[in-house]
Amino acid sequence: MTDWPRINTVGLSGVLVTFAGAMSEPANRAALAFRAAVDNEDWPEVTETSTSLVSTFLQVDLSSTPAEAMKDRLEALLKSCDWFSAPLPSGRKLWHVPTVYGTDLGPQLEEAAQVAGVDPDAAIREISTSRVRVLTIGFAPGQPYMGELSETWNIPRQQGLTKSVPAGALVIAIRQLIVFTNDTPTGWRHIGQTHFKTFRPNEAEPFTLAPGDELTFPAISRAEYDEIGRKDTSGLGGATQEVLA
Amino acid sequence: MSARLTIQQAGPAMSLQDQGRPGYRAEGLTVGGAADRVALFEGAALLGQSPDCAAIEMAGSGGTFVSDTDVRIALTGAEMTAKIDGEVVIWNASHLLHAGAKLTIGGARNGSYGYLHVGGGFDTPLVMGARGSHLAGGIGGLLQTGDTLPVGPDKGREVSMTLPKPDRFGGGKIRVVASMQTGAFTPETIQRFVSTTFRRDARANRMGVRMDFDGDGFATEEQLSIVSEVVVPGDVQISGDGAPYVLMFECQTTGGYPRIGAVLPCDLPRVAQAQAGAALQFEFVEMEEAVAAQARHLAELKALPGKVTPLVRDPARIRDLLSYQLVGGAVSATADPFEEEI
Repeated sequence: MTDWPRINTVGLSGVLVTFAGAMSEPANRAALAFRAAVDNEDWPEVTETSTSLVSTFLQVDLSSTPAEAMKDRLEALLKSCDWFSAPLPSGRKLWHVPTVYGTDLGPQLEEAAQVAGVDPDAAIREISTSRVRVLTIGFAPGQPYMGELSETWNIPRQQGLTKSVPAGALVIAIRQLIVFTNDTPTGWRHIGQTHFKTFRPNEAEPFTLAPGDELTFPAISRAEYDEIGRKDTSGLGGATQEVLA
Repeated sequence: MSARLTIQQAGPAMSLQDQGRPGYRAEGLTVGGAADRVALFEGAALLGQSPDCAAIEMAGSGGTFVSDTDVRIALTGAEMTAKIDGEVVIWNASHLLHAGAKLTIGGARNGSYGYLHVGGGFDTPLVMGARGSHLAGGIGGLLQTGDTLPVGPDKGREVSMTLPKPDRFGGGKIRVVASMQTGAFTPETIQRFVSTTFRRDARANRMGVRMDFDGDGFATEEQLSIVSEVVVPGDVQISGDGAPYVLMFECQTTGGYPRIGAVLPCDLPRVAQAQAGAALQFEFVEMEEAVAAQARHLAELKALPGKVTPLVRDPARIRDLLSYQLVGGAVSATADPFEEEI
């Protein structure tokens, strides 16, 4: 019997099911799949569910629903399947987001490549053809943490903070990519730029991405980037999508 | 005709707030909404309307407001100096604001967040199901001088009502329960945490309130390698500088700093309202006690409308006092009052 998964209460706000002590693909998969299973149970006490990197959170008012009652049900559901190898939820999307790498729009591409020990062209080749998954959404509305890239990109965050990286920036660290929702100070290295808006509060569907969605960031030229900037009114920045089977 | 309230002069940190926008944690958006939810319930009780109505939240100080038609208003939360056309009006009460009259709200005398409610609530367009601004999330923004807010239809008529004076403005004891990462702290650190008297730092906003203190910072042994985890309002996060932050309704959805405990929802208004420098102490309670305290709190909120009473006019505040017939019922101090009864 391993230590994982663990069930903990989170204040009086709910219950957390944690699948590992550190980020891993199987634990993230388990969290996503388990959240879908909880949603499917449709327990009336659960007012909201979400995932973080390796956990599923159930918002439950523990002042009216005893934590023990939730724990029993969760333990039963946990036993029903091997969540670490469970299929990912259905209905996920695959996005292709046009990205300019390097130049003044992605000023730290060369630095990131150097830290990773590859030349800049190889870096662009690899990152622009990698398919990553939304591991979790957080920090800012709709902002995706995506991974995992190959071990080459297990590079630390830089020591100091970059004062402000613009919305739509593609940044990299610890085998993950982020597209920023807003202008943000960050320790992640800014390697590319998109016109992809991850949060559009006045749209019918304000959040572009959901946890579990997959993405690629194909390389485009500066001219193509400028063209998208002029023509795009949707906020998706020329991104295309397909539904994953 | 529906009323419109114009902000002739906006304080530095005023925003429209309500009960928030639940349901979007998975997409990276926390609930947001009023920093002091109790103040919303009080305003609703005073005006006889739903606590879901949006009100103006005023951090630190208010502003100047004028309505184009008569509107009922209520003032709750941190006590601020309020005047209508120069005449002082009582806080924690409802009043009639006549068309064209100037409502001036000054700085907070106690507490941090004051609230201005209108009969019918503010009727701005819903964004994702709510009207409150989520400043950190980029929904809405601070109210500005010159902004005009539509007021919803008001079904009520009663004004000059008040509620018992609340006592959540001076800091004090804050109850916490153990949370998912409490076990990552040593018993010695927990002991020091509960025996420290903290001061509300001036560094506080709708996302979180920093606790200032003397002595060494707090930390877990694996402080920097902890995996990023869900955040809920009330979480007491130990940040990189070793200081506890109580996270408020506009916090982020996930965070990589360990949480030493979680403030009971019913004690969160007390944290929000503590003024800079106010002393606060944390006390761990068992889950059972926390559940009972929260249940009591919810019952009290529900009972608020029954606690509303008419405002008795304070003679000292009546401008035209001498025009009142004040001595009509006077009796002789030397006469035996019972004699006439015989």
